[in-house]
Amino acid sequence: MDLIKARDVLFEYIRRDDEGNVEGITTALDHVSLDVKQGDFVCILGHNGSGKSTLAKHINALLYPEEGSIWVDGINTRDDEKILEVRRRAGMVFQNPDNQIIGQVVEEDVGFGPENLGVPTSEIWERVEESLKAVGMYEYREFSPNKLSGGQKQRVSIAGVLAMHPKCIVLDEPTAMLDPKGRKEVVRAVRGLNQVEGVTVILITHYMEETVHADKIFVMDKGKVVMQGPPKDIFSQVEALKELRLDVPQVTLLAYELKKRGLDLPDGILTVDEMVDELKKLKGI
Amino acid sequence: MSIVVDHVNFIYGADTEHSVHALKDVCLNISDGEFIGVIGHTGSGKSTLMQHLNGLLKASSGSIYFNGQDIYDKDYKLKDLRLKVGLVFQYPEHQLFETDVFSDIKFGPMNQGLTKKEAELRAYEALRMVDFPEEFYYASPFELSGGQKRRAAIAGVLAMNPEVLILDEPTAGLDPKGRFEILDQIKKLQTERHMTIILVSHSMEDVAEYVDRIVVMNNGEVFADGSPREIFGYVKELEAIGLSAPQIGYIARNLRRAGFALPDGIITVSEAADAIMEILG
Amino acid sequence: MIRDITIGQYYQTDSVIHRLDPRVKLLGTFIYIIMLFMMKNPAGYALAFLFLILVIKLSRVPLKFILKGMKSIVFILFITVFFNLFMTPGEELVRFWKITITDRGVANALTMTVRLSLLIIGSSMMTFTTTPNELTDGMEKGLRGLKKIKVPVHEMAMMMSIALRFIPILLEETDKIMKAQMARGADFESGGLIKRAKAMVPILVPLFVSAFRRANDLAMAMEARCYHGGEGRTKMKPLIYKRRDAVSYIILAVYVVLVFFLGRHAMFKVW
Repeated sequence: MDLIKARDVLFEYIRRDDEGNVEGITTALDHVSLDVKQGDFVCILGHNGSGKSTLAKHINALLYPEEGSIWVDGINTRDDEKILEVRRRAGMVFQNPDNQIIGQVVEEDVGFGPENLGVPTSEIWERVEESLKAVGMYEYREFSPNKLSGGQKQRVSIAGVLAMHPKCIVLDEPTAMLDPKGRKEVVRAVRGLNQVEGVTVILITHYMEETVHADKIFVMDKGKVVMQGPPKDIFSQVEALKELRLDVPQVTLLAYELKKRGLDLPDGILTVDEMVDELKKLKGI
Repeated sequence: MSIVVDHVNFIYGADTEHSVHALKDVCLNISDGEFIGVIGHTGSGKSTLMQHLNGLLKASSGSIYFNGQDIYDKDYKLKDLRLKVGLVFQYPEHQLFETDVFSDIKFGPMNQGLTKKEAELRAYEALRMVDFPEEFYYASPFELSGGQKRRAAIAGVLAMNPEVLILDEPTAGLDPKGRFEILDQIKKLQTERHMTIILVSHSMEDVAEYVDRIVVMNNGEVFADGSPREIFGYVKELEAIGLSAPQIGYIARNLRRAGFALPDGIITVSEAADAIMEILG
Repeated sequence: MIRDITIGQYYQTDSVIHRLDPRVKLLGTFIYIIMLFMMKNPAGYALAFLFLILVIKLSRVPLKFILKGMKSIVFILFITVFFNLFMTPGEELVRFWKITITDRGVANALTMTVRLSLLIIGSSMMTFTTTPNELTDGMEKGLRGLKKIKVPVHEMAMMMSIALRFIPILLEETDKIMKAQMARGADFESGGLIKRAKAMVPILVPLFVSAFRRANDLAMAMEARCYHGGEGRTKMKPLIYKRRDAVSYIILAVYVVLVFFLGRHAMFKVW
């Protein structure tokens, strides 16, 4: 079943001058259609300004399409009555770890969502505990967020969404401001969510190596979905990716380079191990 | 131009209970025209060290010599040092404050005491150095795209005509496109203008392509100092301190383990491809 | 410098006072301050002093920590004493050059010193023993009656707690911006008042821009987490009165009665 369904979504940012006259229009989403299956791990790739963040905000009903529609778990995001239902089902984690933590203590921040939903006190505590454990931050429950590293803060934010028992979690470049260690922590936590808790994940990023384990990748450019498919298909189109100025992982580049020079390698090599195995086969060991 | 860092220690909040020994006996020699990458995870002391190089922080013990002069000498003017050693902080676009890009970039030269005319010349030159699009010279800095803002902010430091340029993660938060553009620009400053560049970064991949020398910081100490080839040979050691070599390093290592006779010091994709073709081709 | 000010800080330890319901502490502090201004004789102040000592003892906040906080207000105390001592008319006690000290002046200066010290220590006892969060919770619940007359109690409490959360972040940011502008040759130390005020512009503009950006991000993050005001909200840590809170209210009542008793009894009246 499709959890997220977008059909022909159009969204424009209109810039106005001081008198309110239209100065220019940026089409952030240009008739985007896509489907995300329940339980999938989906990545949206694209450089800044490609429209990927705008799309993310549509899934959470923070923005509404001007044309076309989006359904989350069968609910149209335009339905004002059900806006909280949409937001509860599709949680969102943003880029800047400092600007999305509301509580002054980790556990209180995680409890913020359930409080808003009117969950009874005893159940809030249960949800906070299980969510913090799911992202490996339970020992930090009494810490002030200001004492945590970037990666830890993002994991707290993920727990905050998880405590709302969402069906889907949208992460809008959650690793862009983190160091490599923080990035690894967050990606591991997100994969855990998907595999252990069965939450549908939509990860928006411009780091291609974070998308290696995705079920499906959408590549966006200038407000359009320009490529979609499993990582193996996407990664084998090195020329196209370079054209879009995406950061192709070195393994993929090497595979591409070797094939160009005549080595008989299969398409879509994604990891170091796959690469080494294939080369071993060629050498006959 | 030369900078000598001589047994520098720095302790944050020395007289409180929460004192942190941020730099431990750091020694470093930086000579004219070098392009140095400083690498280390968050809290390794790399940013603290950079703030010492232009006198924003004062070492608890040890000395720093700029062109042979002790910068802690009581006759030494730290303000002059700050003009010679330009420091671009992380997310430098957050410091833009003027109504248009051009005026913002003039801020530094004007503080130097240059006339308006001279400052304007400097601003033009700096904007050209970073390939800033001319149509935005008089735009509000707050209306620019992320990459353009970053460039304007870097130009703001370049306009002071520094001999040394230190950049603290100049590519943080940018997408790959913006990242390469900025790094290419920085490389050009070294090759064409012979500026000494110190680039602080988390990303081994970025650094491997551009710098001549890498300084690895860990726990406030200089953990390693050498050419990229030397440094990336130590995959295991780098991992032990929470860093990683470029992916290509892992491929080379695993292939060697699998019996491929690859030469040492492979750090780029084309080098790896050449070496593999040598064996399989 | 900022680090030296302990007023308004929370001192983490476990004590009866720390565990009290924040509403008790808020009301208690309020009453304590009002009583200080209603007292008319030394016996009252002695009682207030004893009461404070009791609270300090129970709170386990070290006296040294409390007195360290007082250092920063010595200046204010000094000014108060100065004005009261020299500016109060009354019977002349000492006179030199153009300055006269009167009996009323001495009495007023003494009273003000004692009153101010008790007031400041008394109210900082609340912040020493109550986290900002408990404080906002206490205010929200304690003042919820005001909702009936359309006072946005929940919103005010939420605003306060967000402000408290962002103060350290913005302080750090100020430091960063200041250093970055110094790296561009900015000078914050020299020059006259106007020049120095002007020098603040390169700090304040980026700081405001950043604060607005953060506010915008935060609003979006809160909305995304289904925040829609206080309506239908539950609490993770609801405030529930315990036995010790009831006992504290009784002690507070006894204190008020005693103050009034001392005030009325002519025997203790000195002036």
